[in-house]
Amino acid sequence: MTKVTMSVNGKSVSGEVAGNTLLVDFLRQDLRLTGTHVGCDTSQCGACVVHVNGEAVKSCTMFAAEAEGAEVATIEGQAAADGTLNTLQQAFQDYHGLQCGFCTPGMVMSAAALLKENPQPSEAEVRDYLEGNICRCTGYHNIVRAIMAASGQQVPAVAAE
Amino acid sequence: MYSFDIERPTSVADAVAALGADEALALGGGQTLIPTLKQRLASPSKLVSLSGIAEMKGVSQDGNTLRIGGGTTHASVAREAGAFPALAALAGNIGDPAVRNRGTIGGSLANNDPSACYPAAALGAGAMIVTDRREIAADDYFQGMFATALEEGEIITAVTFPIPAKAAYMKFEQPASRFALVGVFVSQGDAGVRVAVTGASEGGVFRWSAAEEALSGNFSADAISGLSLPADDMIADLHGTAAYRAHLVSVMTRRAVAAAG
Amino acid sequence: MPKDHGIGASSKRREDVRFLTGAGNYTDDINVHGQAYVHFLRSDAAHGTISNLDTSEAARMPGVVRIFTGADFEGVGGLPCGWQVTDRHGEVMKEPAHPVLAQGKVRHVGEIIAAVVADTLEQARDAAEAIVVDIDELPAVVDMKAALEEGATRVHDDLADNLCYDWGFVEENKGAVEEAIANAAHVTTLELVNNRLVANPMEPRVAVGDFERGTGNSTLYTTSQNPHVIRLLMGAFVLGIPEHKLRVVAPDVGGGFGTKIFHYAEEAFCTFAAKALNRAVKWTSTRSEAFMSDAHGRDHVTRIELALDADNNFVAVRTETLANMGAYLSTFAPSVPTWLHGTLMAGNYKTPNIYVNVKAVFTNTVPVDAYRGAGRPEATFQLERVIDKAARELGVDPVELRRQNFITEFPYATPVAVEYDTGDYHATMDKMLELLDRDGFAARRKESEAKGKLRGLGINCFIEACGIAPSNLVGQLGARAGLYESATVRVNATGGLVVMTGSHSHGQGHETSFPQVISEMIGIPEDQVEIVHGDTANTPMGMGTYGSRSLAVGGSAMVRAAEKIINKTKKIAAHLLEAAEADIELKDGTFSVAGTDKSVAWGDVCLAAYVPHNYPLEDIEPGLEETAFYDPSNFTYPAGAYACEVEVDPETGHVSIERFISADDFGNVVNPMIVEGQVHGGIAQGIGQALLENCVYDENGQLVSASYMDYAMPRADDLPHMASYTVDHSCQTPCTHNPLGVKGCGEAGAIGSPPTVINAILDALHSGGHKVDHIDMPATPARVWAAINGQ
Repeated sequence: MTKVTMSVNGKSVSGEVAGNTLLVDFLRQDLRLTGTHVGCDTSQCGACVVHVNGEAVKSCTMFAAEAEGAEVATIEGQAAADGTLNTLQQAFQDYHGLQCGFCTPGMVMSAAALLKENPQPSEAEVRDYLEGNICRCTGYHNIVRAIMAASGQQVPAVAAE
Repeated sequence: MYSFDIERPTSVADAVAALGADEALALGGGQTLIPTLKQRLASPSKLVSLSGIAEMKGVSQDGNTLRIGGGTTHASVAREAGAFPALAALAGNIGDPAVRNRGTIGGSLANNDPSACYPAAALGAGAMIVTDRREIAADDYFQGMFATALEEGEIITAVTFPIPAKAAYMKFEQPASRFALVGVFVSQGDAGVRVAVTGASEGGVFRWSAAEEALSGNFSADAISGLSLPADDMIADLHGTAAYRAHLVSVMTRRAVAAAG
Repeated sequence: MPKDHGIGASSKRREDVRFLTGAGNYTDDINVHGQAYVHFLRSDAAHGTISNLDTSEAARMPGVVRIFTGADFEGVGGLPCGWQVTDRHGEVMKEPAHPVLAQGKVRHVGEIIAAVVADTLEQARDAAEAIVVDIDELPAVVDMKAALEEGATRVHDDLADNLCYDWGFVEENKGAVEEAIANAAHVTTLELVNNRLVANPMEPRVAVGDFERGTGNSTLYTTSQNPHVIRLLMGAFVLGIPEHKLRVVAPDVGGGFGTKIFHYAEEAFCTFAAKALNRAVKWTSTRSEAFMSDAHGRDHVTRIELALDADNNFVAVRTETLANMGAYLSTFAPSVPTWLHGTLMAGNYKTPNIYVNVKAVFTNTVPVDAYRGAGRPEATFQLERVIDKAARELGVDPVELRRQNFITEFPYATPVAVEYDTGDYHATMDKMLELLDRDGFAARRKESEAKGKLRGLGINCFIEACGIAPSNLVGQLGARAGLYESATVRVNATGGLVVMTGSHSHGQGHETSFPQVISEMIGIPEDQVEIVHGDTANTPMGMGTYGSRSLAVGGSAMVRAAEKIINKTKKIAAHLLEAAEADIELKDGTFSVAGTDKSVAWGDVCLAAYVPHNYPLEDIEPGLEETAFYDPSNFTYPAGAYACEVEVDPETGHVSIERFISADDFGNVVNPMIVEGQVHGGIAQGIGQALLENCVYDENGQLVSASYMDYAMPRADDLPHMASYTVDHSCQTPCTHNPLGVKGCGEAGAIGSPPTVINAILDALHSGGHKVDHIDMPATPARVWAAINGQ
């Protein structure tokens, strides 16, 4: 067991981890931050995406020990302290960018990384960036819409009778 | 996963020393190794993480040579290898953004997955693989699927690329994994024309010498329009027959040449 | 002005807030104090006899609590099948035993041989590797045609052959159909495969079994679409636990798509082991395990004939299908290729003679059961593909050929035993064509050709049957379950209310849409209504969510319960207002006396029910809580017309979706935003089936597409862009027999899109001079290229 210390959502945390403890297991089991999900074992689905030192990574494909000293951000740290959703989260709700919610934390974290790199992505750029995030419910349409809306771009409105 | 220790040396020397332990394995970005460990297909006693070694990171240019640290992530190469646009574009299209933020060029070349992109670039541009103990020309480095010239415990510390006058990489993706069903890297530079093919062959990445010859006299898609590759050694699987892969090699080569201009 | 609340409003989903902040509560997020972990040792052989199984060394490994094998389950029931099909000779289907843990034999890769329970998961995995297991392999039965040949290896020794049933529908029509085909002016024949799929909800299955020694109560937390069904099947048929001693909880569930309907061995195991060990036992599936243990979908091989008269009127359809059951009968497997498939073979058309034959076949593969659409995509695909082929053979417009054969008068009794209550197929076709801009297609094709691409247009119509019912009819058809739904409406003293529903939301948004209905009925804000679901301890016995049934059946149950509440509150209001009950009106949360200014607020009436001081106690009981069970009198019949334009790269065979239009008739719509989201998701899965997804076994029964490395899930860049994608639901013919007039929208996209895409690809190939009659799904680049090159 090794001691690791990292900042998670701005708070310093420490824990004893085995060499084979994945970052996602440290988050989910040791820190009880269960918003980060595991949907596959081949590093493809992206349900586990978090930010490490500001970059999107798959927390199921990184050891906790490798996050020593890192700044980690998870879905739990995205809303304001009073629970107000951030712009991107709000856009996901406004544009119905989620259904079952399982892929959502990873999707939001990937989208946040995209908008940091590329504040006004084209639709093609959004779709390309989401290659590593699989959603089975939405067909991505409303996810793409939500991300573009969050970046301040005009998108077709939500359906109305 | 089986249990193992993990070490994070901060210098190449320390990493090499740590890898001297029995059953120790180097951990680059882990984007292939970690899924492998999850399936319990490897049982190292110790992983030596290379991610903390600053001297193995970064892209630098020296004249017509681009040097990329073995621990440089795909995302960094995509951002920083502007002097070699075909290489930057290739790196920016490996896997997905989160994979690119962890996966490294050294890890990819050490693994030598038959469908990976970097082996095509290294072979197609005539790169030099720099390790903790020697330099290996790409032509000597790749020795078949998942096989390389690396010795046990040998670490790729850098890769140097001669920057070609013209180059392009064309990948036709396998629909599920998004690895290359066929990927072709073409370049024209001081060392002549090189055409390297990944994804297609049972023998791993290879140079398509007939295409290189045809293109040497006339670097245009037309020069290879009639050229085809025998399907004999091509991979046949769920995603394509050997004949299909052989055909795609021709198509992707033509497109790469056209894109290289 | 669009509505901002109630029926027809695109109310934002309240459940989103917890999902967007990481506060969802999925089954894997549940940890019971002191829980142990189970790892299942699964067969890597497709078929064989277990000649040696020695767990003694493994049992001594660190952390091991106990290792279970088939021997521990000898006295335990097998997994039950919930539907018994009777074949064309009047015989009931063959129903082999379906053990929780293998009993001496394994019949598919992934079947559980042993279960190792240990303090940690890695300890369980370590011990599983120390189990000695020898399997004498038998030839694997994989191909369905070969499975039915004389002398084929049998999947089940105790059965005479690999045929589960030979179903004919409607058997009495067979002769008339043969005659109509023999006398037809034109017969188009098509052989096709409906590819095997894996549902792949993003949340893998999880089961946590718990046992409370003090009370003797068992609890199972599980990723289910229907916790009551699991409680009944597992309690009564597998473990012998009475339902009052068994609680099944399905909390937030990360997608289902059918595959989380069924009762699985892992659920029964964790419940059983928790009781045996007096310790909670948890199992979390990996994705790799999911591929070899979640029930698969589709997998039909079909030959269909469409007969037309000289005026191109459809005169007969005859279809023969081999349907793969896998190694065992999953919970509802037998119903999918029969009653959910044969009854849909009329489609949108007035074909007078239809005969459907289905042979269900056992193979050494994972069991196959319902997956989004379940039987209806298989029916639609073959019918719409053969119609398109007929149009090409006859040189007629595929739109006009369909139109001329549309059913136009309702109710319409089909020759395959169902009665469509309502519909307007010309309306959805008109709407689709309007949105498509068919006139502009020629120019778009030219643009594609200028880029070296072939462009094709495919169109398609479909009908589906949702909210399968009524219970007495499905009972006659072999269902061993009722297909009603339930709701309890509990009004609190201050007027807020809770709806406890037997429906289960795993992405559908019930927590938002159900309150919209209540809000509309009573006139109170939606946030005054809470939806409780997913826990057998606090919801009435319900059948859960699948088959696009929740609003049509579960919503109707809620309406009926709410009506009872409204009737009672009107009585109370009449008492309080000293008026006749008949004169009481409820609007915007206020009861008033017609023609007067006398009124009382909803909340005051509710308070009176719980503080019954001024209250007609002699006539009605205090309190406000009502339950209703709703059993529909018929299916609902959503229908639609879809169009797709593709570009094919003839050099590589790559297909891209350039334009996609859906025009659906779902009847009334409660939340348009949610409805469109459902259609988007269904279409993505349909496009996935058409272009990408394929579950493949090799001849030895090894699963080749066993992870996302080989099973191609649709990604964002596989799907059409916003500007060229429209989902419309403005054509609305309300269902005539449920109180909401709704039909269901969950499966439409997955049913309507696969033939649309394939029709478009073939149109593209023909435009390039490639006379390809058919291409099997998924139309991968390799297959399209092979078709173009005659390979």
